[in-house]
Amino acid sequence: MELDPTETFRQEAAELLDSLETVLLDLGQTPQDRDLIDAAFRALHTIKGSGAMFGFDKVAAFTHDFETAFDLIRKGKIDANHDIVTVSLSARDYIRTLIEDPDSTDPIIGEAIVEELQRLIGGGSAPATGLAPVGEPEAADGSSAEEPAQAGWSIEIAFESDILRNGTNPLVLLDDLRALGPCAVEADLDNVPELGALDPESCQIAWKVTLHSSCSKDEIEDVFMFVRDEMKLAIAPLPGGTAPLYPELDMSMPDAVEEAPPRVAAAEKPAAVKSRPEASPAASSAPEKAELGRRAEDKGTTVRVQAERLDELMDRVGELVIAQARLSQIAHSGTDLAIKAIAEEIERLASGLRDTTMGVRMVPMGSIFGRFRRLVHDLSRDLGKPVDFVTVGEETEMDKTMIERLADPLVHLIRNAIDHGIENAGDRATTSKSATGRIELSARYVGAQVLVTVQDDGAGLNTARIRAKAEENGLIPPGANLSEHDIHQFLFHPGFSTAKTISALSGRGVGMDVVKRTIEAMRGTIDLTTIPGHGSSVTLRLPLTLAIIDGLLIRVGEARYIIPLSAVEECIELTAEAEARAKGRSFLNVRGDLVPFLRLRDVFDAEGQPDPHQKVIVTSIGDTRVGLVVDQIIGSHQTVIKSLSKLHSDVTMFSGATILGDGTAALIMDVAQLVTLGQSRAESDRTPEAA
Amino acid sequence: MSQAQMQTTPQAGAIGLPQATETRLQVLMVGLGNEIFAVETDMVREIIDPVPVTRVAGARAFLPALVNVRGNVIPLADLRIRFGMPKTQATADTRIVVIEVDIDGDPVTLGLLADKVYEVTEISTRQMQQTPRLGSHWRPEFIRFITKWNDEFVIVPDMSRILD
Repeated sequence: MELDPTETFRQEAAELLDSLETVLLDLGQTPQDRDLIDAAFRALHTIKGSGAMFGFDKVAAFTHDFETAFDLIRKGKIDANHDIVTVSLSARDYIRTLIEDPDSTDPIIGEAIVEELQRLIGGGSAPATGLAPVGEPEAADGSSAEEPAQAGWSIEIAFESDILRNGTNPLVLLDDLRALGPCAVEADLDNVPELGALDPESCQIAWKVTLHSSCSKDEIEDVFMFVRDEMKLAIAPLPGGTAPLYPELDMSMPDAVEEAPPRVAAAEKPAAVKSRPEASPAASSAPEKAELGRRAEDKGTTVRVQAERLDELMDRVGELVIAQARLSQIAHSGTDLAIKAIAEEIERLASGLRDTTMGVRMVPMGSIFGRFRRLVHDLSRDLGKPVDFVTVGEETEMDKTMIERLADPLVHLIRNAIDHGIENAGDRATTSKSATGRIELSARYVGAQVLVTVQDDGAGLNTARIRAKAEENGLIPPGANLSEHDIHQFLFHPGFSTAKTISALSGRGVGMDVVKRTIEAMRGTIDLTTIPGHGSSVTLRLPLTLAIIDGLLIRVGEARYIIPLSAVEECIELTAEAEARAKGRSFLNVRGDLVPFLRLRDVFDAEGQPDPHQKVIVTSIGDTRVGLVVDQIIGSHQTVIKSLSKLHSDVTMFSGATILGDGTAALIMDVAQLVTLGQSRAESDRTPEAA
Repeated sequence: MSQAQMQTTPQAGAIGLPQATETRLQVLMVGLGNEIFAVETDMVREIIDPVPVTRVAGARAFLPALVNVRGNVIPLADLRIRFGMPKTQATADTRIVVIEVDIDGDPVTLGLLADKVYEVTEISTRQMQQTPRLGSHWRPEFIRFITKWNDEFVIVPDMSRILD
């Protein structure tokens, strides 16, 4: 399970590159945002540093060039603009290939990117090294608040106490500061506990540094770049004039340590502890304080865990839930009250543990939304269709594996929306729409489901053209009587495309059928709505998780089955009158609505006699309903889903299996499939009657 | 595991293996109907007593059910159906042999219904026989080769093909 360091770097770099991408895209919208520029620079710097550390020399070299060019933006020499963002994005992609597949990359690409970036930034005249600006007098005209004529800086440094354990050596950082100019370093020992309580691995010393140098504030911050999140740093310009140097500065620290006898320290400790938090923030400005507080909070509340461990944990919890169900069954069949009480207690704990574990696996949708921003950015550029991409509900959480599987279908849908949905700028002008198209990607909870919608404000689906194409392909006879909804379903047919020309992006007709299959494999459904002239929207309806569902346990003949509770609308009794009224047809009158029904005894070839009082479970998928006739409804069941073996991949009526309280396996019905089956039977029922 | 050996053996079934090299196989002798099958021990995970089965409607006839083996739901294969042999009632000797086979590159675990499990033994390809007349329902591609054990004919089946 242990990762080798290179792999760790790859993972980290991948995350950094992702955040770099997001930052760059944001920067494209708000080019003046200093925080974004700094964030991008920090990401680059970290990639460079750790790349060199792990032997990714090409990465380090290229990132260095990229970073150097980007430094000019950061120094405020030049504003970020759309072109710079585009080049930077390709540079970011290049870094990714350098990391993932260094052998197949051509350095010429990298050179071209850097050249282009330099051209954009420097207008062709900037020196290739880009190192010049540091000492230049006009640095002050940048937006940063530096004062180059500064006599020096007063710097207060307080590291978090576990910094030594993380492998940082504060003394090296102090040496780096000294490299900037003559320094007076003073150790602040207020927080150092008495010797007995002293933890040698914990850093309780803070430092005050007086630096006499004309260097910029940025240069000082750069020294602490890698530990910025784990420290408090306050940098203030020295008051005018030159403060005298402390000649004994290097001696001050050991002296101080010796001068602090344990007993005194002990006596002073409470006071020191109290005074410390007040003293330090006072030096830093208010917003900085808030920023630091937030960072510290973030650090304290997140832990990076390997995905496989989470999967393993989920498997274990699944086993536990099954074992608990067996225990409950035994406890309730006996008369021992003590065992019943314990079984109930364990049931409560197991269900709590299950919820917590599922919660751990949940990730916000925003984690993949970022990818689509890049997709939209690139597509709108390539197709010359300006597009506003709006995302809503990034905080909506879903199971990690679900989100990963959702990425590809969403790519297809967004591509389609831009390529087919949004009209050309010229066409938009004639319909009095704004020249910029709009695509909205949204996610929200509805009950135990998540609805993910891709909506465009384009031309909408051309029903007539889809119909013509379907007739041309022989899918329907000419002039067949079909509802719009039915016609739109042809879009999900393999190889169906109405695009007149095949573009590089779409029109090949692969995609929508794959989207449909992927979503159905996740036990989700797709709804397609369109308003001609106003755009269309595709809604994916998905369960929150794939691992455990609430099920309804039923019996058909001798066998027990699970129906996902999310698909169940109601349970009714199949009365003798109702059966008589149905007159052999597979329709049921549910409060005035005709609902087709399936006798599961027939569908599953059950043996033995049917129970005298048959029950109907009305299930629904989307807008279609079907009744399933069963012998007995046993009750609700926490269903841990086990996927069916590859050998049973030809089985369509079941989506998986689970283990019941008595240890036997039970099949989970695929309601979508059964609904389709029920619909088609109802159709064939209806047709002879109409004929 | 078994894959390496399978690759060295031509899949000609009835025609058999090249005689030049002798390969020794460790196998589990399993009785199905009146026949004895030799299942390579490399693929055998465990042998268990019969457990309640769950019938799968709509599945292929020789994969009629699921069983729960230590928290894993696996398919139960009835090779008698695959070979067209008559179905018999379960007896005190009936067992489930849990095996793992490679199907299109993925390891798949399943249970084999066995009328009787004899013993683990070693067979040699030297004693390999031409496939004798075993009746019309024997499909040669299901049989890797036939050999002799205790003066009885023993079938070494090609599991991947049988299950495909």
